[in-house]
Amino acid sequence: MNPTRPKAKLALENGIVFTGRAFGAVQSETSGEVVFNTSITGYQEILTDPSYYGQIVTMTYPHQGNVGTNHFDVESTKVHAAGFVTREASRIPSNWRCEKSLDDYLRESGVIGIEGIDTRMLVRILREEGAMRGVISAQELDDATLVERARSIPQMTGLDLTSYVTCKEPYTWTARDTSGYLLRPVSSFEERGVFHVVVMDFGVKHNILERLASYGCRLTVVPAGTGAHAIMAMEPDGIFLSNGPGDPDAVKYAIETIRELIGRKPIFGICLGHQLLALALGATTYKLKFGHRGANHPVQNLSTATNEITSQNHGFAVDAESLKSLPVDITHINLNDGTVEGFRHRELPLFCVQYHPEAGPGPHDADYLFKQFVEMMARENVAVKA
Amino acid sequence: MPKRTDIKSVLILGSGPIVIGQACEFDYSGTQACRVLKEEGLRVILLNSNPATIMTDPEMADATYVEPITPEFLEKVIAKERPDAILPTMGGQTALNAALAVAENGVLERYGVEMIGANQESIRKAEDRELFLAAMGRAGLEMARGGFVESFEEGLKIIDRVGFPAIIRPSFTLGGSGGSIAYSLEEYHEKLRQGLNASPVHRVLVEESVIGWKEYELEVMRDRKDNVTIICSIENFDPMGVHTGDSITCAPAQTLTDREYQRMRDAAIAIMREIGVDTGGSNVQFALNPKDGRMLVIEMNPRVSRSSALASKATGFAIAKIAAKLAIGYTLDEIPNDITRLTPASFEPTIDYVVVKIPRWDFEKFKGVDDELGVQMKSVGEAMAFGRTFKEALQKALRSLEQGRFGLGADGKDRYGVHMMGAEERVAALNEVKGRLPKRTSTSIFDAYDALKLGMPDHEIAAVTGYDLWFVDQMAQIVEMENVLREAAPSLATPDRETLHDLLWNAKQHGFSDRQLAHLWNLAELEVRAMRIGAGVVPVFKTVDTCAAEFQAFTPYHYSTYEIENESLRSGRRKVVILGGGPNRIGQGIEFDYCCVHAVMALRELGYEVIMINCNPETVSTDYDTTDKLYFEPLTFEDVMNIVDHEQPEGVIVSFGGQTPLKLAKALEAAGVKILGTSSEGIDLAEDRQRFGDLITGLSIPAPAWGTATSQDEAISVAERVGYPVLVRPSYVLGGRAMEICYRSEGVREYMRNATQVSPDHPVLIDHFLEKAFEFDVDAVSDGADVVIGGIMQHIEEAGIHSGDSSCVLPPYNITRAQYETLIDYTKKLARALNVVGLLNIQFAMQRGIIYVLEVNPRASRTVPFVSKATGVPLAKIAAKVMAGMPASGFGLRDMPMAINHVAVKESVFPFNKFPRSSMFLGPEMRSTGEVMGIDSSTGPAVVKARIASGNRLPTSGALFATLSDNDKRPRVAETLRGFADLGFTILATDGTSRFLTESGIPNTKILKIVEGTPNVIDLIRNGDVHLVINTPAGEVAREDEKHMGAVSMEYKVPFITTASAAAAALSGIRSLLEQELQVKPLQEWYV
Repeated sequence: MNPTRPKAKLALENGIVFTGRAFGAVQSETSGEVVFNTSITGYQEILTDPSYYGQIVTMTYPHQGNVGTNHFDVESTKVHAAGFVTREASRIPSNWRCEKSLDDYLRESGVIGIEGIDTRMLVRILREEGAMRGVISAQELDDATLVERARSIPQMTGLDLTSYVTCKEPYTWTARDTSGYLLRPVSSFEERGVFHVVVMDFGVKHNILERLASYGCRLTVVPAGTGAHAIMAMEPDGIFLSNGPGDPDAVKYAIETIRELIGRKPIFGICLGHQLLALALGATTYKLKFGHRGANHPVQNLSTATNEITSQNHGFAVDAESLKSLPVDITHINLNDGTVEGFRHRELPLFCVQYHPEAGPGPHDADYLFKQFVEMMARENVAVKA
Repeated sequence: MPKRTDIKSVLILGSGPIVIGQACEFDYSGTQACRVLKEEGLRVILLNSNPATIMTDPEMADATYVEPITPEFLEKVIAKERPDAILPTMGGQTALNAALAVAENGVLERYGVEMIGANQESIRKAEDRELFLAAMGRAGLEMARGGFVESFEEGLKIIDRVGFPAIIRPSFTLGGSGGSIAYSLEEYHEKLRQGLNASPVHRVLVEESVIGWKEYELEVMRDRKDNVTIICSIENFDPMGVHTGDSITCAPAQTLTDREYQRMRDAAIAIMREIGVDTGGSNVQFALNPKDGRMLVIEMNPRVSRSSALASKATGFAIAKIAAKLAIGYTLDEIPNDITRLTPASFEPTIDYVVVKIPRWDFEKFKGVDDELGVQMKSVGEAMAFGRTFKEALQKALRSLEQGRFGLGADGKDRYGVHMMGAEERVAALNEVKGRLPKRTSTSIFDAYDALKLGMPDHEIAAVTGYDLWFVDQMAQIVEMENVLREAAPSLATPDRETLHDLLWNAKQHGFSDRQLAHLWNLAELEVRAMRIGAGVVPVFKTVDTCAAEFQAFTPYHYSTYEIENESLRSGRRKVVILGGGPNRIGQGIEFDYCCVHAVMALRELGYEVIMINCNPETVSTDYDTTDKLYFEPLTFEDVMNIVDHEQPEGVIVSFGGQTPLKLAKALEAAGVKILGTSSEGIDLAEDRQRFGDLITGLSIPAPAWGTATSQDEAISVAERVGYPVLVRPSYVLGGRAMEICYRSEGVREYMRNATQVSPDHPVLIDHFLEKAFEFDVDAVSDGADVVIGGIMQHIEEAGIHSGDSSCVLPPYNITRAQYETLIDYTKKLARALNVVGLLNIQFAMQRGIIYVLEVNPRASRTVPFVSKATGVPLAKIAAKVMAGMPASGFGLRDMPMAINHVAVKESVFPFNKFPRSSMFLGPEMRSTGEVMGIDSSTGPAVVKARIASGNRLPTSGALFATLSDNDKRPRVAETLRGFADLGFTILATDGTSRFLTESGIPNTKILKIVEGTPNVIDLIRNGDVHLVINTPAGEVAREDEKHMGAVSMEYKVPFITTASAAAAALSGIRSLLEQELQVKPLQEWYV
């Protein structure tokens, strides 16, 4: 903890207040749902992941900012997390790719961070009592006032946050230079850009686009509100449903769109996309107590009976019971708590996973899913032409 | 995939004696494997020559073979036991090499034994650098430029491509031994030759130097369904160029972005698959260029290792245990995570603290060896510490090392008093530091500290040392805090509680110890402690749970830190705290961990909640499975008291972990802690020479004459009074440190000139030295009234060799019934007089039939595990129960009889191959790192087994070179040599010895001394014409040519015997080798 930084507080809705020091945009005050992530690496990817919109992220690993930030390790064009909590924010960055310290990066992004608090205690509170609302401030230091503010912000359940993070206009995605730090481009197809994929952007992570592109997809990213007719008019070979923040059940318009698209084109969904697909098929979702956020979650692929270490970031989950009456097979389960991690339709070309095969941050174990999607599109294409 | 049903019995290989590069970590892994496989209902057969291990406890396996770990003995065990499978991945390189040998010579196939956990091909691929290089190429990974050479000429060719500095690594050696760095062609010539000789296959790898690059390790697990997970990432604080065993390391990696980490993770997984590790844990090492991120694969070990022990302790993920389960067919998702119980082992642990490991070296034991670090490992132990920040963990680890430092400086031991220096002095000091900084030594971290204090900029320090800037900044923060604390000192006079609280809190969060604060503020440690507690600054205890608190943890495995929430709940049970031994060092190693673990088991049997405190990541005692509650903490007064204050135990046991905990006894007792076992009064009585002298006079027990001195003149007069030769030593010793035998006044003067540096507060002890005496060790258990003799051992070497270095035989081989009874009688008298409760060890010497007491140690001794293995009596366990109040007579034990139906021989193992420049002659200073046991029905075969197990094969024919000191030119020694001649050995000798032999009627051939020209003994050794050397050095210091001879013998692997009694023992061994084939038999059968 850097004693030269201004004193700051993190207040939780349950009345517990932590005192630490502010960094980043120390003048600002923030509120949101306080969650924790257990990944040791990848804070920059996490901060820029649109799925963290409206959330204050606590990193369980005590040293953050050691490697600074760079323009490459981002999952979107800006910081989406509402606030950042750590035991210690490094006062110097050290890494050959570093361009800016975490402190400066957050300041320029207008996001406040708090350091010097017992983050393990905070995590244990969240684990026992569930994710809860909180406020970080270096301006207002009165405990009661802060707790009151925490209680006044809306609950995550019932919130549609996609409109804050989706793109305003459709755009095409061009693959970036992947030298060194992404998986090597793995295209089993001679020509790149064979398949045209329309990505419904509920807050899509760049790495998803990157992985799809490296498997030979030509991408059109469209705003979340784009209707089924408009999407079909783009003549996609497949449709991708992205990750995103908030309660899936609140994104009614997207569920409707997806319902119209099901069966017409191959569909692949990740995270919120997976939940929306489930809802569109008639399943239900529920809020987890404190969610899954980290890069070490074991998932079993039921068709191969092998395990994958996965990157995860979700507060809601698909109810396994609600899938039973549907023509789908659960393909992946979480080995920690048995929750649904993926399913596919028995007849229609659609599948989805709750976790993040694109990593960013996290392991690359589940990268095969992108290939699976491309293969599905290839199959369907042949079928259509025949 | 469930457990395989076709494996009903499994042979586990241990790692043999503790040597540099292979220590307690393999007892930890082997013990876990034995335990797990037994629980799984398999018949477990164990082969390990090291008696000081928990794994060789007879209840750990169904059949325990304490026999040499060589292909020959392995075959004998296999032939006898016919196991279904052999598990070679738990016993380090030793086990892997032995298993590979029996795989290649067809033994496994012949007996239908399947190798599990690894296979022949994957071991080959990982071990053989050529195959490994090819495998990495297939996996698309890069390695350093270079190649293999098998001759000096090839070596000269390849160097053009490699360039300087070049690394030279011999193939198939232990702990990288024989490896070196050459900076010039001249150096390269010498080191290339050494490397080729060090390799058993006469081959070295010459490669591009990546010195200064960042170094990382990943601990990886794979199951037979090809699930691969990373257990832990480790970042070396020291850059490439320093052996990872000699590097300060930390977990997790601190300076990698996620992309860099994932790239490394992908590479590690690809390597596991390419090498084809079937199941289990492996370790993969990487180098990363800090300038551009270029990543190279350094090596992989297809087995559990020192790093996996560290990773297990650092994460709470039991690598060895799970690897053992994977080996018999389970998959990761089928094994529950013990800590969370509800989640499976198929995840990757994540941690929410920092772990720092620092090696411990014992360079002061090896005169002439410098402490520069390189690619060959030199450390003998390590300490590890947890903190919520790197700063806290680093300072805790430094004080855990127990080398007189209490953190990163500010403890009164600093080289410079920077705050009191003038500008000019600082410049001069900085120049000195700049001279030292580029060189990596055992104290480099303190050089960096000095540089910071003297104002050298962080980035310059990083550039010179190769330490990452992030680490330098962490140290800089500690230095800044030190300055704040120093400045703050005056304000303590006006204690504003909140300011004081904040200051102390801040200091503690930076890892500062009370001792450092006491030094900075010129207060006593107890004053700081009182002030700190008064200000409410006390630590909390967090849990090591594999999951960063995401799930509830059930395993009470804790570390201290200064934060808000405490997680360690005090139970209502009766509880005892046992203090462990801290980092391994010469003189205090696995034997004491063995005793601590036994104490834990015994007290748990009695229903106590047993709390272990220790900071050595290699050990069984720091396995969270071993105890009810584990605190991984430094063994200092402050850290122990924090736990005692929190736990409120009934008592603390300090007498099982060696000197480390014993040193704390007085302070703990003064703080009101109840010490279980022998009272401090009894300890003091045994340790205070004057009081002890009076006591034995009263008991009419003879002892060598002695005296104390604080000056040279006084020392001379004492020496004259007690009579030369004299044994001189500081009054506080560990492992015979700084002990010497002086034959003349010059020696005493010389010693006194140097001795003051060892322990200025204490006088030097001077004892008359009993020359040519037999030495005995007795281990016993006492409750103050009843005393049971657990074991009596007779040393093979004569008195004067440290008992930790000498070989010994149980039962004694040369003693009368009356003398044996006298040893028992003296032991019992002394135990009662000192009111010993628990273990005691007494060293006796017998000269001309008179038995003298040399010293009494009312605590666990190094020989306790050996005695227990030799006799089957769990002495340490019994002692712990006695300390808890049970009578010594309550275990149905009787004193060890003079004749038992077998003989056990203990032999010591030395690290001379790592320190070729040090003298190989034994003396009162202990230098062995480990021990082996040979057990058989008579002395001869037991001696041979012990020799073989310690890596010293005995020849059964050939030429013997003898050079005897004048003291040894006596009839008994002549008889020994005659024995060799009778067996057909040709005896070679130089002038004096040759004459003595001729006079004694022993045929011999006279050869030239080294100074007399060539061909001399050195040439003969090099030509392979000498098969055994017996060189008993002249009384004092070994002559230069003797040293040279020792080094050459070592190089050419010719057995080198340095005492007449060891020569006699070798003779009996060779005789038995010629008479009969050696048999193997498990301990369980010997005890029947």
